[in-house]
Amino acid sequence: MLRNTDEGYGLVAIILHWLIALLIVGQLIVGLVMVRLDDQRLAFELIQWHKSFGFLTLVLVGMRIGWRLVGRSPHPLGTTRIERIAAQLGHASLYVLMVALPLTGWALVSSSELAIPTFAFYLVIVPHLPLERSVAAESWWAEVHEILAWVLVGLVAIHVAAALRHHFRLGDATLTRMLRPVHHRLDRTPRQS
Amino acid sequence: MTWRLAVLFLCLVLAPAAGAVSNLSDAAGRYSILNDRSTISFFVGQVGGGGINGRFADFSGAIRIDPSAVERSQVEIAIRPQTVFTGQSRVDEFLRSNAVFDVANAPVITFRSTSVRRTGDTTANVEGRLTARGHTLPETFSVELTDLDRSAIHFRVRGDIRRAPYGMDVGTPIYSNIVRFDMDFTARRN
Ligand code: HEM
Repeated sequence: MLRNTDEGYGLVAIILHWLIALLIVGQLIVGLVMVRLDDQRLAFELIQWHKSFGFLTLVLVGMRIGWRLVGRSPHPLGTTRIERIAAQLGHASLYVLMVALPLTGWALVSSSELAIPTFAFYLVIVPHLPLERSVAAESWWAEVHEILAWVLVGLVAIHVAAALRHHFRLGDATLTRMLRPVHHRLDRTPRQS
Repeated sequence: MTWRLAVLFLCLVLAPAAGAVSNLSDAAGRYSILNDRSTISFFVGQVGGGGINGRFADFSGAIRIDPSAVERSQVEIAIRPQTVFTGQSRVDEFLRSNAVFDVANAPVITFRSTSVRRTGDTTANVEGRLTARGHTLPETFSVELTDLDRSAIHFRVRGDIRRAPYGMDVGTPIYSNIVRFDMDFTARRN
């Protein structure tokens, strides 16, 4: 129930997948909106929430990668070798960006001369990364953060399209196995059948 | 400077005790604050240490020291928050915007004293009404007379103001609700 098998995902992987998906879509929307607002007050507050949820995403992504490394992952379904490689590349890029986006956000905040503290969820003070502080450094990291965000938008779109193709065109369980956890009789015994 | 303080000390101590009007005549009078020889600076702390230091460049004010009783003296100050300066133009813009001072709709911050309470020989607490962003609230500043001569008085004013009641709570609790004011005024006798 909790762990993955060769055929399906366990509850932990499923919860992490959808939680992170929700956070990333939310982060992309809030991020794009907050930098385009005229209301400075709202913009400031949204940026603080964006930072808090960004760090939460980073922590969850770390857990997800750890969980993936210690367990097994289900085999890809019903595709050609080329498609399998494409899927693996796509997933690997998603992982890279899920780590790189929060890190570049952290870097831009840390290199800002304004030195605005990050007080995640008004609970935890997140220290700044030891980076040079200058207007140039901040705008460089902000640029990278923005470009990577747009790359992630593209990757997420491809990812969603591929999942829908598997479900509606190919008629396989790629999408449904990320919705329902795999059942095994007892977690610790080898799988039946 | 020392002898002046001594004179002032004597004036302030003796005047009410003796009820002698003439002893305060040195300081009594009307004064105008000299913008270029005065500073209004403030500090807002932030979590994890440090904070924002700023100044207001443009302000004006009038002081009337009552010859018969210090308690009846009056102070009035007007600050133009448009001239806020922190050394970071983005912070200045943020402070001027609707997030904080909203200078477009509230171009002046005023303080009008309502009472003066002496706390020492050269010190007093000045209570008054502070108006910012359409909110008027009672506030108290502590004042110390630091120098006095025939044509001018110098004093230092300190006070902690909570900004949230003025509709300026943005950024709390990352940035403290308390704004720590430290002002140095030189005022010339009219
Ligand atoms: C999953 C994680 C994240 C995603 C998907 C994300 C996405 C975005 C997007 C789409 C933007 C708008 C870019 C633009 O149009 O200029 C943005 C801006 C920003 N992000 Fe993130 N972000 C994430 C994590 C973080 C983290 C962890 C921090 C800081 C600790 C952060 C700090 C910022 C800041 C300060 C801006 C505004 C930059 C500017 O003023 O130009 N982000 N983010």
